[in-house]
Amino acid sequence: MSVDTHCPYCALQCGMAIRAEGTEVTITPRTDIPANAGGALCQKGWTAAELLTNGERLTGPLLHGNPVSWEEALDHVAERLGALRDEHGPDAVAVFGGGGLTNEKAYLLGKLARVALGTSQIDYNGRFCMSSAAAASIRAFGLDRGMPFPVTDLAGADVVLLAGANPAETMPPFVRHLEGARLIVIDPRRTATARLAWLHLRPAPGTDLALALGLLHLAVAEDLVDVPYVAGRTTGFEEVRTSLASWWPERVERITGVPVQRMREAVRALAFARNAYVLTGRGAEQHAKGTDTVSAFINLALALGLPGRAGSGYGCLTGQGNGQGGREHGQKADQLPGYRKIDDPAAREHVAGVWGVRPEDLPGPGRSAYELLDALGTPGGPRAMLLFGSNPVVSAPDSARIADRIRALDLLVVCDVVMSETAALADVVLPVTQWAEETGTMTNLEGRVLLRRQAVAPPPGVRGDLEVIAGLARRLGHDFADEPGKVFEELRRASAGGPADYAGITYERIADETGVFWPCPDPEHAGTPRPFLDSFPTPDGRARFVPVEHRPPAEDIDDDYPVYLTTGRVLAHYQSGAQTRRIASLTAAVPEPYVELHPDLADRLAIEAGDLVRVTSRRGAGEGVARISDAIRSDTVFMPFHWEGANRLTNPALDPTSRMPEFKVCAVRVERVA
Amino acid sequence: MRLVVVGNGMAGSRLVGEVRARDPRVSITVFGAEHGRPYNRVLLSNVLAGKARPEQLGLHDLSWYAANRVEAALGSEVAWIDREARAVHTADGRREPYDLLVLATGSEAIVPPIPGVERAIPFRTLDDCDRILKAAEHSRRAVVVGGGLLGIEAARGLAGRGLPVTLLHLAGHLMERQLDAEAGLVLGETLAGLGVETRTGVLAESVEETGVRLAGGELVEGDLVVLACGVRPLTALAAEAGLEVRRGVVVDDELRTDDPSIFAIGECAEHDGTVYGLVAPAWEQASVAADVITGGKTRYRGSRLVTRLKASSVELAAMGETQLTDEHAEVVRFSHRAQGTYRKLVIRDDRLVGAILLGDSDAVGTLTQLFDRGGPVPGDRAGLLFPGLSAAPVADSPVLMPDAAKVCQCNNVTKGQIRACWEAGARDVAGVAAATRATTGCGTCRDAVAGIVGWLCEQEGVSA
Repeated sequence: MSVDTHCPYCALQCGMAIRAEGTEVTITPRTDIPANAGGALCQKGWTAAELLTNGERLTGPLLHGNPVSWEEALDHVAERLGALRDEHGPDAVAVFGGGGLTNEKAYLLGKLARVALGTSQIDYNGRFCMSSAAAASIRAFGLDRGMPFPVTDLAGADVVLLAGANPAETMPPFVRHLEGARLIVIDPRRTATARLAWLHLRPAPGTDLALALGLLHLAVAEDLVDVPYVAGRTTGFEEVRTSLASWWPERVERITGVPVQRMREAVRALAFARNAYVLTGRGAEQHAKGTDTVSAFINLALALGLPGRAGSGYGCLTGQGNGQGGREHGQKADQLPGYRKIDDPAAREHVAGVWGVRPEDLPGPGRSAYELLDALGTPGGPRAMLLFGSNPVVSAPDSARIADRIRALDLLVVCDVVMSETAALADVVLPVTQWAEETGTMTNLEGRVLLRRQAVAPPPGVRGDLEVIAGLARRLGHDFADEPGKVFEELRRASAGGPADYAGITYERIADETGVFWPCPDPEHAGTPRPFLDSFPTPDGRARFVPVEHRPPAEDIDDDYPVYLTTGRVLAHYQSGAQTRRIASLTAAVPEPYVELHPDLADRLAIEAGDLVRVTSRRGAGEGVARISDAIRSDTVFMPFHWEGANRLTNPALDPTSRMPEFKVCAVRVERVA
Repeated sequence: MRLVVVGNGMAGSRLVGEVRARDPRVSITVFGAEHGRPYNRVLLSNVLAGKARPEQLGLHDLSWYAANRVEAALGSEVAWIDREARAVHTADGRREPYDLLVLATGSEAIVPPIPGVERAIPFRTLDDCDRILKAAEHSRRAVVVGGGLLGIEAARGLAGRGLPVTLLHLAGHLMERQLDAEAGLVLGETLAGLGVETRTGVLAESVEETGVRLAGGELVEGDLVVLACGVRPLTALAAEAGLEVRRGVVVDDELRTDDPSIFAIGECAEHDGTVYGLVAPAWEQASVAADVITGGKTRYRGSRLVTRLKASSVELAAMGETQLTDEHAEVVRFSHRAQGTYRKLVIRDDRLVGAILLGDSDAVGTLTQLFDRGGPVPGDRAGLLFPGLSAAPVADSPVLMPDAAKVCQCNNVTKGQIRACWEAGARDVAGVAAATRATTGCGTCRDAVAGIVGWLCEQEGVSA
């Protein structure tokens, strides 16, 4: 018998059916899920069954590397957490989550932190992923639902602008939804997506914001602004227009390297299209000015009258599997379930009521992801960390420093399915179930809540994350539900009335309707595929223009570090690679870390294809095999971040609003390893 | 600290913004001779060409000053500086003491002292622009005197409004400070195609009712005469205060004059023997001065000049030392006058020290950044002038594609695997997809797979 569920990887959450017969597990694409309608899957999806069968699983708890029973492991953890809390206070315990966890897990993790541990020190790796787009969307629209329209709407677009997004590599089946549109791709690299583009703009790394301002300047100068829309549905345009006087296209050309003529073509195509979309990805967002960059693109979309109009819009392409739901239900430092703000008294009262505690007992906002990791083991910082669904030794910026901070902890507890680089540093490793072995909900990039169903039995000795969380809570004196359906019922109540309202969503409805779009406040409510059509959820119902200014990268190139480094993903791997580097056909496709560099740069550095190359920044060094390609600018090198190395180099300069680190640009030098 | 800024143009207004962004406390007073809010002078030619409206040029809204606690005395001209008492005095009798003073007085249009010149309108300010546009409405023909950047932009703008234009220029070719003779020639030809007739090497002797009289007696007809004869730094205030003034007010690397409490920036300042007439250097100076004023350690080392003509259907960028010849530098040149294309690179010590790009080209971005950064020039010079020229050809024909070529990126399928699959019996895309998963990801390789399968089937037909 086959079970309908979803792919374990990215935010597209392609539907797949899993059939398990003995040890044989086969995957077939579902055709009822719009994200991958037509039965599409990429190589990661097709090969996902190997995650279940490749023999790399952790199957029993480890205490200091030695197998122990679950009771022993959990008792030890609870006892140590209690002792550290007694000695240093509740904030001595940190919790770190992930954007791949189900909504139920993200929710229960937040509750564990706020109720059972009483700590404010919780954040998650989505901070490294979606925080800039989220902050900019909230400031413009009053709500962050990544794509505020179904993915299938894109089929009706004439023009789609992709700013720093490379879906042909990162979520291939998504590209099928773009087939009818002219693509304008903004990327310093000629990526797989840029190769499909009608127009490819190649700004220098760290200058997307200037480019967006230049595009908007042209839209205004050429009278392409949708005046009735701006007058009727937005506020703040005048101030933005004044700020644009400093960003005339010739100046922007000098900063970005994008010819004025190409900017003009881009703006005109967007403005003259009947239906158009502006979509951003991590390339634009993972900067110390990522929020402002997204705001600049949203301003452009607003000036052209796109958001909240049927058939057009702005959206961000969420990255991780539950990158949307993971940012809604309380594993973020400043947040409570339902996308509520933790410093909002009404939000605290509602959630405290659901949790049966007093509002004043809930902690306030804690540190953001990088700041939290950077504080570990320091005076005043956390002494213990519980880590779920994340691998910061590979994925955090300035990762060698973060590995040192993690080593300085008195207690590190890691829940994972395999022995990740971070799990290898743990005092206690707890083996947990993975996608096909568990049930729960995932909210994909459209804001559509989907049902992950258990299709195979987990290996003996493995427990679900919910059981682990509830087991710890119980030892700390709290009774938590640990069954996914029950946790979801509680999540529905906790989210009720919040921006991300799941109150009307049930597992049955999701199954019957192939997903339900939030907000969905009651069981009779149809869900909200397009939340901005009538008005925006701001106090006056209008979207807000936000004036922003470009500034250079936090670390620019100089004589000592004369080349830009930018990082990203490749099709065959996912995030820190903990899953995909353990799948034979994926490692066959891309077996090792590499450094992509332009022939001119390679020439100058006497590097040939296949040479081992060392890349060094002010923070550390990483190595990779040289791949020589004119798809990259000659002042820039690219490294995929799926291996330890790339993030030893990246710059932890943080966005002042979103606390997003500057993953996408830093200064390095490059040399051949003799 | 009390900071007083004289001048609220591009440099002064920029400095005020930069200082405020760095220091919320310092008290700032800015005097502007013009009544309105500061505006972006660079965009004036767009207004003239009808590509921007005057209200799109404003740099700060008047509400900005209140919100940022900057006192703006607009329409108030500073008459003299009392250096001893450290105070400025305005023409209308106001006295404003300062701890630090910044002169950003800019420059004024040069009006040649020829008979009848009062009939002509200089092209310098928003008011000038307004006057020109009003006059253009009932003019039949225009003459623009001065074939520098601004004159060309004005001429192109007026021609774009349907007015026949004659452009008069004293030097032997257009934009002689930025272009070599051939580029000037090609530019003139491009302009001719857009309704601007160019006359170089001519001297305007007088402005008459019906046009401009040249030395030699010829009358160039036109009932609207626009002057774009260059600018002169406004330095009188500084000179009368006893500050060192050559062509501009002399400043050091901190943008300080010889009085350490007085700075000068923008078009009135002279740094290292150079007075800059473009906005980019003025803004770089404003940024350095703001940093120094707020206690920073930045120094100004001069600016690299990139000139970008803003005239529709004329793409021109010129940077650095464009006039150097093969004796002094490595020069790479491509000229195609029939197409209005001229491209030139000037390279010294493996660095790009100058370039001209006339005609639409994607190279402009790369070259500007190479020039700005001073990075080494790649060995393939032609590739710099013609981006994409050296790119490896894409073998998309199934015949030419090697077996190792990846056809389906999403599922990592090579041509060789598709061939093997075909040899095992698959005869259509669906068969190949079922066996290899090719085409099941993003779907963009469908045509390529169909092409390979079709070609293999054809081969079979041929050999059978």
